[in-house]
Amino acid sequence: MMLLPCPHCGPRNSSEFRYVGEGTARPDPGTATIGVWRDYLYTRSNPAGWTTENWFHRAGCRRYFTVERHTVSNAVRASHRPAAQARTTSDPEGLSAGTERGPDAGPG
Amino acid sequence: MQVLVDTMPMRLEVRRGERIDRRHTFGFTWNGDRYTAYAGDTIVSALAAAGERIFSRSFKLHRPRGLLTASYIDPGCMVQVGDEPNVRGAHRLVESGMTVRAQNAWPTLRFDVKSANQAVGRFLSAGFYYKTFMKPERLWPAYENVLQRFSAGGVVSESSTHGLYDKRYAHPDVIVAGGGPAGMAAAVAAAEAGAAVLLVEEEHELGGHLRWAGPDALDALEKLRAAVAATDGIETMTDSVVTGRYDDNWVAVLQRSLPHVKERLVKARAKTLVAAPGLIERPYVFEGNDTPGVILSTASRRLINMFAVKPGHRAVVFSANADGDAAAADLERAGVEIARLVDARKGEDIVRVSGGKGVRSVECNDGAKIKCDLVVTAVGWTAPTSLTNMSGDRPAYNPHAGRFFPSSLPDDVLVTGGIAGDGNLDQLLEHAHAVGCEAARRSAHIGRRRRAAVPQSNSDEGREGPGDSPVAIPELPIAGHPELFMSRTHGVVDYSEDVGSKDLVAAVKEGYDSIELAKRYTTATMGPAQGKLETVNAVAVVAAATGSTIEATGTTVWRPPFNPISLGALAGRIFEPVMFSPMQPWHEGRRAEPLVAGTWIRPDHYGDPAAEVRNVRTNVGLIDVTPLGKFDLRGPDVPKLLNQLYVNKWSKLGVGSVRYGVMCAEDGVVLDDGVTGRLEPDRYMMSTTSSGAAALWEWMENWLQTEHPEWRVCLTPMTSAYASINVAGPKSRELMRRVAEEIDLSPEEFPYMRVRTGRIAGVDGCFVWRIGFTGELGYEIHVPASYGLHVWTTLIELGADLNVQPFGVEAQRILRLEKGHMIVGQDTDGLTGAYGADLGWAVKLDKQDFAGKRELVWQSENDDYFRLVGLQPVDPSEIPPEASQIIEGTKQIAGRITSSRMSPTLGRSICLGFVAPHLGAPGTTVTVHLPDGRRIPATVMPQLAHFDPDGGRVRG
Ligand SMILES: [Zn+2]
Repeated sequence: MMLLPCPHCGPRNSSEFRYVGEGTARPDPGTATIGVWRDYLYTRSNPAGWTTENWFHRAGCRRYFTVERHTVSNAVRASHRPAAQARTTSDPEGLSAGTERGPDAGPG
Repeated sequence: MQVLVDTMPMRLEVRRGERIDRRHTFGFTWNGDRYTAYAGDTIVSALAAAGERIFSRSFKLHRPRGLLTASYIDPGCMVQVGDEPNVRGAHRLVESGMTVRAQNAWPTLRFDVKSANQAVGRFLSAGFYYKTFMKPERLWPAYENVLQRFSAGGVVSESSTHGLYDKRYAHPDVIVAGGGPAGMAAAVAAAEAGAAVLLVEEEHELGGHLRWAGPDALDALEKLRAAVAATDGIETMTDSVVTGRYDDNWVAVLQRSLPHVKERLVKARAKTLVAAPGLIERPYVFEGNDTPGVILSTASRRLINMFAVKPGHRAVVFSANADGDAAAADLERAGVEIARLVDARKGEDIVRVSGGKGVRSVECNDGAKIKCDLVVTAVGWTAPTSLTNMSGDRPAYNPHAGRFFPSSLPDDVLVTGGIAGDGNLDQLLEHAHAVGCEAARRSAHIGRRRRAAVPQSNSDEGREGPGDSPVAIPELPIAGHPELFMSRTHGVVDYSEDVGSKDLVAAVKEGYDSIELAKRYTTATMGPAQGKLETVNAVAVVAAATGSTIEATGTTVWRPPFNPISLGALAGRIFEPVMFSPMQPWHEGRRAEPLVAGTWIRPDHYGDPAAEVRNVRTNVGLIDVTPLGKFDLRGPDVPKLLNQLYVNKWSKLGVGSVRYGVMCAEDGVVLDDGVTGRLEPDRYMMSTTSSGAAALWEWMENWLQTEHPEWRVCLTPMTSAYASINVAGPKSRELMRRVAEEIDLSPEEFPYMRVRTGRIAGVDGCFVWRIGFTGELGYEIHVPASYGLHVWTTLIELGADLNVQPFGVEAQRILRLEKGHMIVGQDTDGLTGAYGADLGWAVKLDKQDFAGKRELVWQSENDDYFRLVGLQPVDPSEIPPEASQIIEGTKQIAGRITSSRMSPTLGRSICLGFVAPHLGAPGTTVTVHLPDGRRIPATVMPQLAHFDPDGGRVRG
């Protein structure tokens, strides 16, 4: 079980978290075509490589956050608060957490 | 008749280092006969001392099998102990009174009917399973029946108790897997460097090969054991095994031999892992290599030196290395006549063993045929690269050493001992010491990095720079060894699965010419030994058959678990929390039938649900609805959140009003429903379904945290903070008058769909909303949880003359079905859109945005969805079971029944169900297919409500 660095609590067992999914921007439901909307609902890039995804620290601080994770090695190179939160707080970069394996870690 | 075997003809005189305690003897039974063992004997060592040589029958061919490795993995030594099958007989220690039986033998171990399989062996060839399970399919049950009789396992008793299994979490800095000399030295070095060390050893004591390797080894062993005992910071677990290594050194350890606990699964998060598993001796492939009496050199040394058991009388030793020579010397000292030492280094070879139930002679490649009862082989080693494999490494073959080595390891995994190289004991200990120091250093570094990733408010501790420079780890020399896997004859490769070299060659000829394919096709390496003994031989056979090399053929991937884990250990203790309302003692006093609803235990009924229904319709009833999800919402932007979550509009909800709302997910599927009331200008209380409360909390937080962090809303889950009681029935207002203070209950001042706060039965801080899930005049009281029981009993006492009675979930389900109120999850499923659920009236598509809006727009334009309707069987006594299909023609599915009950109020059966669009018109007759095959007609009703469709009662 991998460790996931929560930006609020630090590295914790991934079983404490709920995987929310690959980060996708929500289209405006007033203008999006049904095709665009269903892409938002169902289509994911699912790369074998770096991906930006959202997690929820269910058994911890109960905050949503975003990580960049390598899907082959499970290396995490950045963990921060949701982009929308950074827009509205005094921490425009988001609170950056440490990287467990370093930015260059890739598949072994 | 029971035979008493109390002699140990093969037991040797007392020897230094033996692990048996001759002062204590135990009696136990083997296939019904009584035997004697010393304390410290394994089942197999005790039986071998008594002269027994056959311990099981092989998996497919039912050939007699004896001991091979005299260790945990010994494939021929799996036995049944009492009601426990598949016990490792060469590992499990004898206990007084133990009942041991052979597995896979019928009618007896010595005379096995199924060994006729040997004659029909050609039917049990490579790919047997795949070929058998082809056509014709009608014979599959017959095949299955036959295969079950031949399965190798023991007998599982259905009446066994679960026993006490345990779990533990551990957070060591360093885990050392393997308690041989290298593991012990590494553990001591790491602990001396300040690390908290967990040292795990599969066998019953530390020591590895030092336990059987002579006086010098015993001297070294004593020193190392003393050092481990004297060093602070080492937790030692023996008879325990590291079964798997997962991401970030999440390491599973199965711990046995514990007082009061059968097994314990330790889940350890280690910063560094040191794999020191030693080496496993490899069997040699030749004709008759599975005959009882053909054993490995390490097995003979274990038997002699650890258990003082003489493995035979006259031996031929086939040796390719110094350990084989040492085994020959051990045998000689133990009084075994060495008929010949066949030296592989001089090109000598053994070709076949003759004998059925035991070795009678062995034939060499020079034509010599030697009479003997024991053949000892020493042809090389396999490094158990399981843990390094699980760390992402693919082991690399070194032809010079004739074995695989780890090739590239992550920073947090280190290796020492035989898996890393050879050398003398001093070199081994020097290497292990350096590895232990480095493991401690890296663990400190990883610990600092992890602490630094935790936001700190006060201390800078843990943010210091990296530690000292890396510890230099000396290279362990790698000893040359002949590449020796197979004689010129065919023999057994996988003893557990009964797969021979002939089967592997046949698999290659049939086109399964990669090791991964040949493995799956023949099931070689897939039995209980999981490749520890047979992988490299299988690779060598496939390499030879494909004209390739071992390097090019590669090895199979070792996956967790390293050793089998019992299901009991995985299950562990039951850690399922349950929740009760504060009124539970009262429910128990009234012998309520409990209903498990998620984590909640609720009263299903108090004896007669139909009577409970009638009492609600005529008098007044109380139901405990504490599990309802409840959320306190405060702040100026609550209406924005409500508008986002619900399909309805919320901007105009006045203070003191409640509204029923429906939530959809972003795909337009009904997610939850409930009422939300406005208690104060900036304070709302939301209720959700009981089962949806936990998910709804996360769903609301998602909107607040990720989409609209600018909204000022404070969200607090209150589900268990309030006890909730629904008071329902025509006399409910009268009952409420007797308990409510500060609340005017007149219909004018407190009409339907309003909320009031006040004092109930003397309890401050209650709120009451007037709603009616049951279809009757009703009030839902929410009181601070610790007063729940008080308010409930007060209502019961003060309502005695009104004939107040409790009602349970079943009565509520009938009441709401009479009233046509759907339940999310019961009458909807993961594909039910709001329009299909007849909730279109609530959807306000003119709102700018809300969850699911885009899909609901689409649904509103595409009305070909199945729709929820009220249904009544034409025969009022027929109650179609829930999930019965509605069909059209002979087999077209055109809907289903989602809820059905006998209505005590109407005296007939009533249903809710989904029907195809063209069947939705009121008055349509549909056909319901019952599970018993009958088909009955039912009528689509004008509305969902079967009773009081105009709602006059609830508004009264
Ligand atoms: Zn957290």
